[in-house]
Amino acid sequence: MADTQSLLETPLAGLHRELGGRMVGFAGYSMPVQYPAGIMAEHQACRTGAALFDVSHMGQAELRGEGAAAALERVTPAEVQALKPGRQRYALLMNESGGIIDDFMVAHLGDRLFLVLNASRKAVDVEAIGAVLPAGVSLVPRPDRALLALQGPGAEAILAPLAEGDVAAMPFMGVLESPVAGVPALITRSGYTGEDGFEIGIPAEGAEKVARALLAAGAAPAGLGARDSLRLEAGLPLYGQDIDETTSPVEAALTFSLGKRRRMEWNFAGAERVREELDSGPKRLRVGILPDGRQPARAHTEIAINGLPVGEVTSGGFGPSLNAPVAMGYVARAHAGDGTALELVVRGRAIPARIAPTPFVPHRYKRVAGVVA
Amino acid sequence: MSQTRFAESHEWVRLDGDVATVGISDHAQNALGDVVFVDLPEAGRAVEAGEAVAVVESVKAASDIYAPIAGTIAAVNSALVDNPALVNSAPMGEGWFFTITPRDASEIDKLMDADAYARHAEEGH
Repeated sequence: MADTQSLLETPLAGLHRELGGRMVGFAGYSMPVQYPAGIMAEHQACRTGAALFDVSHMGQAELRGEGAAAALERVTPAEVQALKPGRQRYALLMNESGGIIDDFMVAHLGDRLFLVLNASRKAVDVEAIGAVLPAGVSLVPRPDRALLALQGPGAEAILAPLAEGDVAAMPFMGVLESPVAGVPALITRSGYTGEDGFEIGIPAEGAEKVARALLAAGAAPAGLGARDSLRLEAGLPLYGQDIDETTSPVEAALTFSLGKRRRMEWNFAGAERVREELDSGPKRLRVGILPDGRQPARAHTEIAINGLPVGEVTSGGFGPSLNAPVAMGYVARAHAGDGTALELVVRGRAIPARIAPTPFVPHRYKRVAGVVA
Repeated sequence: MSQTRFAESHEWVRLDGDVATVGISDHAQNALGDVVFVDLPEAGRAVEAGEAVAVVESVKAASDIYAPIAGTIAAVNSALVDNPALVNSAPMGEGWFFTITPRDASEIDKLMDADAYARHAEEGH
């Protein structure tokens, strides 16, 4: 059993224990990998109803001051300056050599920007962003805040009666400051499961009250295991596995996060490599992979064609909604076309597989006609 | 049929005539979570005690299954190929993995009995 004594706890540690959560170490935190229902049931609860994840280990920070958006653009190729109040966007934090320091969310709260960072990267991110800030712009970490993810087609019906504001009217990537169960909250219509849903940021001391209200209204508690199988089926990369400081946005197939104006100005860290790869094509590409049969191929599995290595799996497991194994990984660009036949070398045996478009399970975000990000 | 014995690595073994049936304990299936795939050994393979002979894959991870005794694989449970969830629902029965013809059946008696195994599992191994 893992030694959990040196690990940090979220404000919901007591609730996780009460719910029978099986705690594991993740990014320095003791987190529930699953509850007694199990990963499969928690995954299905999210696809068919609503699941509640504690994501309080993630970093939350405010970027304040005149010119905050322009400053952040020095280290991200996302369009931040044109982000409207009440809107959120997915962005990549870049290093000078064109690798990805982190992927994160940036929300415009009117008088400030609000960032949600990966738990394993938040210290690195704060340093990287802090290093480019001009006088008058400050990055303020908010470790005093908890974060809940309420995900699934039933999320809106659970949250709406508990929230003072009109969460039902929020579009995908919309932002709303509104009390939930009487606790002041920062709500975004987003998540990382491929389903409709909300992320709810609240003061740490109010986290348990909000979580209990959402559970009482019918959300199923879900752990990191289901979070991983859900995001894998949704084709979403996990930092540290599928993207890191060596992978570029082009290789990682995340060019949607590059702003149009940014691609004309090329004034962000790592722009040279991104531009070169957009012009000439990257050496490798992140692709979705569907193994034949039922055997999962895990991270670091070799990908081959006719016995010759062409890449490596970066995430792989079993997709409960597909009832089949799913994976993603990098392959040499010449072999990255959809439908390409591959071999995955698992325990010395080659499993036939093919490259497939992602998401494997269609996204069901609440997109509203006429609303642009 | 003899008493069920347990290995420290959480397999159970039960001698019935001259073949022993091997599976994983309820404690083990619970720790693994939902089983989605089982990689079984070839019948006829000679194995040593403690040798990794099968793999069980849950949603989250792959885990080795070890031969609790030395011998020759006699048969494998092909029902697990189509329904690996049997490992979760009936770990001590229908969810068995393989049978083995022991090289020395007395090896089985050296493994833990149910009470000793329960203490072993409780200690968090």
